[in-house]
Amino acid sequence: MIEVKDLHKAFGAVKAVDGVTFAARDGQITGLLGPNGAGKTTTLRMLYTLMKPDRGQVLVDGIDAAVDPLAVRRQLGVLPDARGLYKRLTARENIDYFARLQGLPEDELRTRREALVRALDMADIADRRTEGFSQGQRVKTAIARALIHDPRNVILDEPTNGLDVMATRALREFMRNLKAEGRCVLFSSHIMQEVGALCDRIVVIARGRVVADATPDQLRAQTGESNLEEAFVKLIGSDEGLAA
Amino acid sequence: MNTPTMTPVRRARAILTVFLKEVRENLRDRRTLTSAFLTGPLLTPLMFMLLINFTINRELDKAEQPLKVPVIGAQYAPNLLNALKEGGVVPQPPVADPEQAVRDQQIDLALRIRSSYPEAWRKGEPVQVELIYDSSQRDSHTPVDRVTDLIENYARMQGAMRLVARGLSPATAIPVVVAKRDQATPQSRAVLLFNVLPYLFVLTLFIGGMYLAIDLTAGERERQSLEPLFANPVPRWKIFLGKLAAICAFSTASLVICLVGFSVVGHFVPTGKLGMELHLGPSFALHVLLLQAPMIVLLASLQSLVSAFAKSYREAQTYLSLLMMLPILPSVVLMVMPIKPQDWMYSVPLLGQHLGILDLVRGSGVSPLHLALCLGGSAVAAVIAAGITMQLYRSERLAISG
Repeated sequence: MIEVKDLHKAFGAVKAVDGVTFAARDGQITGLLGPNGAGKTTTLRMLYTLMKPDRGQVLVDGIDAAVDPLAVRRQLGVLPDARGLYKRLTARENIDYFARLQGLPEDELRTRREALVRALDMADIADRRTEGFSQGQRVKTAIARALIHDPRNVILDEPTNGLDVMATRALREFMRNLKAEGRCVLFSSHIMQEVGALCDRIVVIARGRVVADATPDQLRAQTGESNLEEAFVKLIGSDEGLAA
Repeated sequence: MNTPTMTPVRRARAILTVFLKEVRENLRDRRTLTSAFLTGPLLTPLMFMLLINFTINRELDKAEQPLKVPVIGAQYAPNLLNALKEGGVVPQPPVADPEQAVRDQQIDLALRIRSSYPEAWRKGEPVQVELIYDSSQRDSHTPVDRVTDLIENYARMQGAMRLVARGLSPATAIPVVVAKRDQATPQSRAVLLFNVLPYLFVLTLFIGGMYLAIDLTAGERERQSLEPLFANPVPRWKIFLGKLAAICAFSTASLVICLVGFSVVGHFVPTGKLGMELHLGPSFALHVLLLQAPMIVLLASLQSLVSAFAKSYREAQTYLSLLMMLPILPSVVLMVMPIKPQDWMYSVPLLGQHLGILDLVRGSGVSPLHLALCLGGSAVAAVIAAGITMQLYRSERLAISG
């Protein structure tokens, strides 16, 4: 369970996040939708305590991120916008590194890692050095290392960015499995179809503010548009930065 | 995928985890390996040996080799010529325009004896012989001194003989004699040549850790792996300490290889020929390592600090090559204006190591007070530098790569 209350963050004169409030519940997929530059990444960065909010509160499973950031990070599995791997290490070694930083005992590490390698269908690349990996192989590795400690809450920043159709489908399936396991899944996207197809709840962000927070059906009803795309355009006020 | 469970968390090994990963990753990088373990530490002893050998042999050659000097008017002073020949000078046929020939660097020097020489000699008047040379040429220096000494010795001897012939003691003409008593020991003479050693050691440390320092901060940010790393439940200071330890491990290994190189190379330096002694063995190496221990941490912290400031890998490289100029300062300053080492100077980082290593080369050893000052002063500087870098690691901007 992730709760965000009245978050503010400014860079100089630019208000990147200007009063964002929403909640992402366990056993649900929550989509953070908004055009490029709306403040999605900055909001997520405050969630996983990379940045400190100027104002507002972040609670993860009831833990205040300002009070105990380490405990919050322990509850989170994060696929950030930056998803660089260590190219001179193999995929398995990349995953192991994060597992040890999470403090996983070695026997549990092995079990968890092999389960993820199977679940993400990456057995054929697991012992290759990640230099020269395709975008899809990189994302798989980055997701595996983010989930190695079996986190209750999963944050994915534009996870399907740069993936081909097959990889995108596989990733969506994987996210549905995370939801089925009862986890709280929060992901950001600027692709409406993706959000519409996956989410139990959609939080629409524009210019640093939440302009809508509802289920896909409620959104359609709220805006009077049967088509989600038209609903978004209406909410955001323009179709700039959105992709179908 | 298992059902969500809380995992018992052990984080005590985070620093070690970061350290081991960075070492393993960089041991797989050929460029880092080459510069830290091969070219960096081994090039300096090799170049040093070649330079020293060249210098020593050139000096020795000059003193022993027959010296060819064109002589104009050799027929006027056969006795002087014989004295010169005994001193190793080989008179050459005269050249037409000796001044021009010297300026054109065709010859180092020429000797001219005027036709008035025999006449003046017979009358007992002072006679002049001319040495034509160019002092702006470094090469002419030793030959000119040699020929001058030979002629002056000849003149003194002839003068003494004239006095004896007139029934006077030669001593009457030399009322004051300078007796030179050089207090330099063979080791202290070696110091002049080995003044550059402390700088070479610092340089080796610097190069040994440089690629890692860049890679672990600016490089990791550029490759966008710093943000996911910081999403782990490990305080940033622990991550920094792990990385710092990895940089220190590489630069220390680099210095050890360099010291082993010097102890081998030391056997090939013909210092004995110049009456010098040089101890670059295990005791010297261990003392250098001890003196440099805080410097290793200080340099690694400074390198990390600079690469954390830099926006990109390339920028970090540029800044660090500028920072590399810093350790040369004590060597240059002490060479240009030789100041008497004071106790407090040992507590200044770089300068303290410089003086300490020169003490070791000189063979006198480092006194416990100086050792304590050197280690203490540099350790304080290292802790401050590490602290500042740690603060920088806590800033939000550090992790953001775009």
